[in-house]
Amino acid sequence: MSEQKLQSQTVQTTGHAWDGDLQEYNNPLPVWWVYTFYITVLFAIVYWVIYPSWPFGKTWIGGVSNVTYVNSDGQTKTHAWNTRALLMADLNKADAAQKPYFDKVAAMSYAQIAKDPEMSGFILSAGKALFADNCAPCHQAGGQGKLGFFPNLTDDDWLYGGTFDKIHQTITGGRHGYMPTFSEVLSGDQIDQLANYVASLSGIGHDAAKAAAGNTLFHSETAACYYCHGVDAKGRKEIGSANLTDDIWLWANVPGAATAEGKVAAIHNVIASGLNKGVMPAWGGRLSPEQIKVLTVYVHELGGGQ
Amino acid sequence: MQTGLEEQLGLYQKRIPIFTRSVKGRFRRFKTSVLALAYAIYFLLPWLPWSRVDAPAQAVLFDLPGRRFLIFGLTVYPQDVIWLALLLFIAAILLFFVTGLVGRAFCGYFCFQTLWTDFYIWIETVIQGERPARIRLYRQPWNREKVVKVGGTHALWVLASFWTGMTFVAYFTYAPQLVVDFFTGQAASAAYITVTVLTISTYAAAGLMREQICTYVCPYGRFQSVMYEPETLAVHYDARRGEATHGRASARAGQRTLAERHDKGVGDCVDCGLCVQVCPTGIDIRDGLQYKCISCGLCIDACNSIMDSFNFPRGLIRYDSEKNLAADVPAPPRVEWKRLKTIGYGVALILMGGYLAYSIGSRGSYDRAVNQIRQPLYVVLSNGDIRNRYQIRITNKAPQDQTYVISAKGIPASALDLGNFREITIRPGHSGLVQASVRLDPELAEHTRRFELVITPRGKPGEARSETVRFDSPKELHG
Repeated sequence: MSEQKLQSQTVQTTGHAWDGDLQEYNNPLPVWWVYTFYITVLFAIVYWVIYPSWPFGKTWIGGVSNVTYVNSDGQTKTHAWNTRALLMADLNKADAAQKPYFDKVAAMSYAQIAKDPEMSGFILSAGKALFADNCAPCHQAGGQGKLGFFPNLTDDDWLYGGTFDKIHQTITGGRHGYMPTFSEVLSGDQIDQLANYVASLSGIGHDAAKAAAGNTLFHSETAACYYCHGVDAKGRKEIGSANLTDDIWLWANVPGAATAEGKVAAIHNVIASGLNKGVMPAWGGRLSPEQIKVLTVYVHELGGGQ
Repeated sequence: MQTGLEEQLGLYQKRIPIFTRSVKGRFRRFKTSVLALAYAIYFLLPWLPWSRVDAPAQAVLFDLPGRRFLIFGLTVYPQDVIWLALLLFIAAILLFFVTGLVGRAFCGYFCFQTLWTDFYIWIETVIQGERPARIRLYRQPWNREKVVKVGGTHALWVLASFWTGMTFVAYFTYAPQLVVDFFTGQAASAAYITVTVLTISTYAAAGLMREQICTYVCPYGRFQSVMYEPETLAVHYDARRGEATHGRASARAGQRTLAERHDKGVGDCVDCGLCVQVCPTGIDIRDGLQYKCISCGLCIDACNSIMDSFNFPRGLIRYDSEKNLAADVPAPPRVEWKRLKTIGYGVALILMGGYLAYSIGSRGSYDRAVNQIRQPLYVVLSNGDIRNRYQIRITNKAPQDQTYVISAKGIPASALDLGNFREITIRPGHSGLVQASVRLDPELAEHTRRFELVITPRGKPGEARSETVRFDSPKELHG
């Protein structure tokens, strides 16, 4: 006779009966289950010793496990275990892991970086993160900019030049685009003539007579547009004045206007009101030289560079 | 009504110790062979050398820091996670398939809990002796003999558990180095933690808890029960033959032969109890199919040996189906597979196994992902041309450096600009990124909706693969 069988014959009920005949077996818990419970109790005690646990007055018991990290001011701090300190320690580790790459960036010339496929892969991922953290609020996540506000970095038009050196200079020192308010010195008709002339440069529908008058005005001392935009109206990179002969528009919402009149009116608006909002902050003091170098290569890559 | 509570059994049920008797027979031989084979594979595989160019010379190595599994000549990268998913699916379906046919065969013969428990019981038998000797030892007070024998058993169990843990860790790092590092205190902390946890859990599960794992902890045993069908073969006691009309009875004088027993209406079961003594889960198979039965077949061996000694026909306890046992004239037991469920599982197994084999066999030497950059979708350039940009990621899965050449089909060759990397060389197991930009004049852009980017490993034109990508332009989007 098996002992097991004996047990099954003596199984008890709790003694309660519901609905007349519904009863509950009183099967005892296997004893190892209780041992498991004791083990969890022991585990908890070990946990109290290692990790922060009990509140104690206005503070708490921190436990013996510490986390050491270097904060953003370069000070080494040691805290009782907590997830924020852990994050800081993890960031320290990540920074240390990235350091060899940034050191390499610092040591290489732009021409060398551009030819190294492994470096290029690092720039694409590190640059993307840096761009998203610092540049994307204005230039948008993909660098496409915003018409009327921030230049598109993915096209082939570079207001201040698209070489590595120029981009580096732009990021480090920032830029400030400015155009006077011509409604203060020119009449509405004159501005209209200029607007038609500028439209004609890009092959937009215009009034030929007004454009011819605008041409004269553009190169005259009255309006003096050629001072900044050049005699050929192709802009001057050293001051960031726009090339008026291409298909790219930053301030005048020409692509958004449906009719030729609308396009000319958009140009008219910009000439009349001028510009004092093309401001890019200087990043020289905020980002490290290596970070600026990474961003330079990244931005250069966005639009193909020059 | 408080009748139950006055004579409480106690709040907790202590384990009733089980002392299994050794047995010889077909199923014992099968179990021993499976055990030997499984242990040989598990314990020796990490030590099998395998020469490699860029990795440790270990045939099976799960290289977690390197993010790759090295399995003989195959290197598995995280991108191949679908294989693992398929393997798990196949394992699950195989379990369903086999359980529907022959019951809990996995539990009885292949489960590591069964294997390790079997091995630990063997250790116990070698040191403490057969069942009667072990029961005597259990009942006698603690003296020198008991301390030595029981202590020795537990020491060997701990040793076996420790080596089980070490072997497990050896699959994740170069085994010879691990053993040296482990004992000189230089191994990774993960190695010490894993070995400790596995030593404790193996010792507890195979040495102390044994059948309690199957009855209380393991979910598979329970859900396999619902896969049983009337046709499923399982270990059964033929109650009709064993009990007859007057029940089982010992082989006393006057009821020793079958003829005498049948005259008296006594069943063929001589009630020797051997089937219970050999059972690793301590059940009585004569009570019928039950959830604690792991279907190991040892009671069949035990009963057959008794039947043989009485010259009774074998098979009083046998693999049979409920349907066949209930039939008026039971046929010889056989595997009944002509059922929709079984065939369905079988077909699923063949399809998934075939696909897995095909997928592994036809894997290319590299992976590629070509994505159009969507921010912005297109750019209008200063002369009115439209530019789209693409990011090409190539992962080299070949064991050596490989150069990849990128070209385009369906657009003029001059339209594709790869910057400085018309070709890219990638180290084994690494990925490379190439930015491609495509520039088309407005007229061509309007007519180009799609084109192909072709990646060709240098020197292997047969492995060239092309990816069709979109080309977006303002006209297409607005009109």
